[in-house]
Amino acid sequence: MNTTSLKLFQGIGRYGVLLALLALIVFGWLRYDNFLGAFNVLSVLRYNSMFALVALGMCFVIITGGIDLSVGSTAALGSVVSALLSPYGVLPGLLGGLAAGLAVGACNAFIITRLNILPFIATLATMLAASGCALLLAENQSVSVSYESGFTELGQGDFLGFPVPAWIALIAYLVGSLVLNLTSFGRTVLAIGGNEDAARLMGLPANRVKALVYLASGGLAGLAGVILAAQFGAGQPIEGVGWELFAIAAVVVGGTLLTGGVGSVGSTLAGVLLLGLIFNILNFENGLGWISLSAYWQSVIRGAFLLLVVAIQARLSMRTEEPA
Amino acid sequence: MAETATTLPPTQRAAKVDVRTLLTRHGAWIALALLILVNLAITPNFATWQTLNVNLTQVCTIVIVGVGMTLVIATGGIDLSVGALMAIAGALAPLIFLGKLFPLPHPAVGIALAFVLPVLATGALGWFNGWLVTRLRIQPIIATLVLFIAGRGIAQVFTNGNLQVFNLPSFQFIGLGRVFGIPFQAILMIVIVAFAAWMLRRTVFGRQILAIGGNERAARLAGIPVASVKQRVYLISGLLSGIAGLIVIARNSAADANLVGLGMELDAIAAVAVGGTLLTGGRATVVGTLVGALIIQLVRYTLLANGVPDAAALVAKAAIIVLAVWLQRQSHR
Repeated sequence: MNTTSLKLFQGIGRYGVLLALLALIVFGWLRYDNFLGAFNVLSVLRYNSMFALVALGMCFVIITGGIDLSVGSTAALGSVVSALLSPYGVLPGLLGGLAAGLAVGACNAFIITRLNILPFIATLATMLAASGCALLLAENQSVSVSYESGFTELGQGDFLGFPVPAWIALIAYLVGSLVLNLTSFGRTVLAIGGNEDAARLMGLPANRVKALVYLASGGLAGLAGVILAAQFGAGQPIEGVGWELFAIAAVVVGGTLLTGGVGSVGSTLAGVLLLGLIFNILNFENGLGWISLSAYWQSVIRGAFLLLVVAIQARLSMRTEEPA
Repeated sequence: MAETATTLPPTQRAAKVDVRTLLTRHGAWIALALLILVNLAITPNFATWQTLNVNLTQVCTIVIVGVGMTLVIATGGIDLSVGALMAIAGALAPLIFLGKLFPLPHPAVGIALAFVLPVLATGALGWFNGWLVTRLRIQPIIATLVLFIAGRGIAQVFTNGNLQVFNLPSFQFIGLGRVFGIPFQAILMIVIVAFAAWMLRRTVFGRQILAIGGNERAARLAGIPVASVKQRVYLISGLLSGIAGLIVIARNSAADANLVGLGMELDAIAAVAVGGTLLTGGRATVVGTLVGALIIQLVRYTLLANGVPDAAALVAKAAIIVLAVWLQRQSHR
């Protein structure tokens, strides 16, 4: 792809997802009462904030040309650890979940950068290991959190009329966006994804940056686990199944190329909201009573949506490739 | 017994055989032999017919799906949709032989169709995966992610998420039947593995698969019909997933679209990786996948039989995968 067509492609990816999100919101606003009511908006944001955190980490990983399959079970492990520590207060619970996530991320970083194993297979292994650790710690059952220590505020509370988990996600996205666009670390992330060998030859610390990216992805997944535990009142060792693929789908829908080198934090957030809104709209549609689609349709529609987006992306990239 | 990994171009003959080459080339076989020896020493009642049958039935579906996965990975692709396709086959078969989809002239017709139609359906979906990969040129991991997400939903929509219970010995033979005391599914597995191993080594199609995985551009320039070969590989993976789905529901006397084949893509990929197939394509061994699945299963069995919780076995599985792939890399240095 030459530079102009790449820019065109990126532009369509970036604005395409925003347009689709806008179209979906307008559709919902015209069709359903209370769709844009405070209650619905805030509960959608509250529920999807943990997915947003996982997707943010995944976005960075994918921009480097890698993949992180371990995020779902890392979130499960984070939720168990934070639930176990929740009787000691908000901070121990929060830091415990975060530390569990960082530990898994450190394992990923070590296996990928030191043992030189493909990210796909390395994170597949840590996914199993994290899931095993979560089950061992939780003794194969949900761990209920302490309601006295105020830990549940992290998931259920509000701050300035806005859900606490949504604040956390918002801050994470602001930081993520600044880091990617305005720091040399962020530029190195993009350079590695564009061409890792070239980045290395230019003297960029490719291994260190990659290690940090997987560390960050693990930490964000651990944080998502903390929110999961706080929101539903329990650490859940078997939650998180399929989260990694949801996150990948959100990142791809946001126009980030899986081959790396291109991507945007903001479009990833739009991708998360888009996939999340599909579920929300399905609920409203059932509420109207015209049709009765079971929750199972959710995944079918999400799959179809992903197909539509990647098919359009493929078409565009094929067309832009041809003249070159 | 020493089916070394099939490689293109032909395997370089190592001038001297040192321990590292031995370990990386035949590591899977050595590990399997060691595991069996350890078990003979420490696990009570290990050398029994029953232990063999238990372990064989545990790996059957993983191996059958793993064979398709081996072929897909050999072309440099991946198939994440296998578990979801198993759920679709598992949901369709009972609907057919219970007569819920269309009236049946005779129960025997229903059973015959319950074997054929679900497998054809998953084959068609596999072909669809191949179409996305070859015609729309979508990366395999994303192309098959579509059906990974949507496929299980389709199966759940078919059955409304309900458990379908049945008792039909003639259908369940595929999962419960025995021939001379050997589980029928194990025989089926061996036949599939043998056929696929032969195909990969001895047929033009097999060599084309490896050539594409080795260097797709070169394969295309050499006149290999890349798109058509890839298309067929995903089709095969779909067909085999369908068969595995039927085995699972026959074994359980019930079809649960929420659970059939859940996590199978990871088990199959793990078996392929441990078995010695190169994950970047171009070098593959079907028999290795069988060995890989047996190793993972035997480690789990060893730990469980000696009182270690199942969750700890997951951690062990993770360690085996990393170790196996790391050893594999050493031989490519």
